[in-house]
Amino acid sequence: MIYILLFFEFFKIGLFAVGGGLATIPFLQDLSDKTDWFTSQELVDMIAVSESTPGPIGINMATYVGFKTAGIPGGAIAVAGIVAPSIIVIVLIAHYYMKFSEKPLVKSAFYGLRPAVVGLIGAAGFEVVKISLFNINKFFETKAVTDLINIKSLTLFAVILYFSNKYKKHPIVYIAFAAIAGILFKF
Amino acid sequence: MKELWQLFIIFCRIGGFTFGGGYAMLPMIQKEIVEKRNWATDEEILDYYAIGQSTPGIIAVNTATFIGYKRKGIIGAIVATAGMVFPSLVIITLIAAFFRNFQDYAIVKHAFSGIRVAVAVLILNAIIKMWKNSVKDWKGITVFCVAFAVTAFTNISPVIVIVASAAFGIIINIKRIEAK
Repeated sequence: MIYILLFFEFFKIGLFAVGGGLATIPFLQDLSDKTDWFTSQELVDMIAVSESTPGPIGINMATYVGFKTAGIPGGAIAVAGIVAPSIIVIVLIAHYYMKFSEKPLVKSAFYGLRPAVVGLIGAAGFEVVKISLFNINKFFETKAVTDLINIKSLTLFAVILYFSNKYKKHPIVYIAFAAIAGILFKF
Repeated sequence: MKELWQLFIIFCRIGGFTFGGGYAMLPMIQKEIVEKRNWATDEEILDYYAIGQSTPGIIAVNTATFIGYKRKGIIGAIVATAGMVFPSLVIITLIAAFFRNFQDYAIVKHAFSGIRVAVAVLILNAIIKMWKNSVKDWKGITVFCVAFAVTAFTNISPVIVIVASAAFGIIINIKRIEAK
């Protein structure tokens, strides 16, 4: 019974959370109020873990909540629930996209969309740069310019920027390198 | 069968090394799907993102589903999605079962702060490449700047940016559309 409920609740979240993993948080908040599956304090921990582990945040959250609620099968069922609407909706859209992608109307829409998506990704990248290279909060506390920029991060940024453009290795190589550098130099 | 297995493995790799949500996945998608296998072009990936952003569900999953469907139909969509979520299932289950306050371990914090710097560089590289392929004239530059500014500096939903830019694309090409 709990499995059916879990599937159903996460199906709903998958269906209504438009725009990615963080959009699932209000729904999970609601779920913690409504059920005794997990508390809102546990939810805060789950968000922190989901953001500091690999994988899409929404999927990590679903796995965590499902596992806490009903063990290993619970995790798998919650994930199945959250991805089911995506599979249905995207398969339908993909079908029509392939059929109509050469039509002038669709082509024109994507002509406007592509630069906009680059802008959206740019904004996401800007956010990561802001968080990882600058200590904005510390700067406002001390007003010292030397506190604004995180020198260690900036150095690593420059090193990876140089090597990734020179050697074009797999992104995994640079991620592993940065993780090791982060541990060794206590970022 | 071989290609389904390949789809699963590739998306496992992408899911297992995506740190920080759907957009952080872009460099991995570019490498694995566009460069190494030619399964989609950069422009198509942008289209999938636009669709993934404005439809229900998690963007990373929507993109995996789209690519899987394009390669192998409905089964492909399911297998690619299964691959995408598999590392999360394993990693999160292990952490939830065996660690308390995983995110507070110093080693995790340091590693993650380092990784975030790499992700920043990789996204930057990906954007420059995407920019070269898809921002071709002053109209494109305008749309890019507006979309960037609105998303970075206001609370307006990305879905609105997507809908508005699609409408803009249709309006400026309306004569060409009507002529056909």
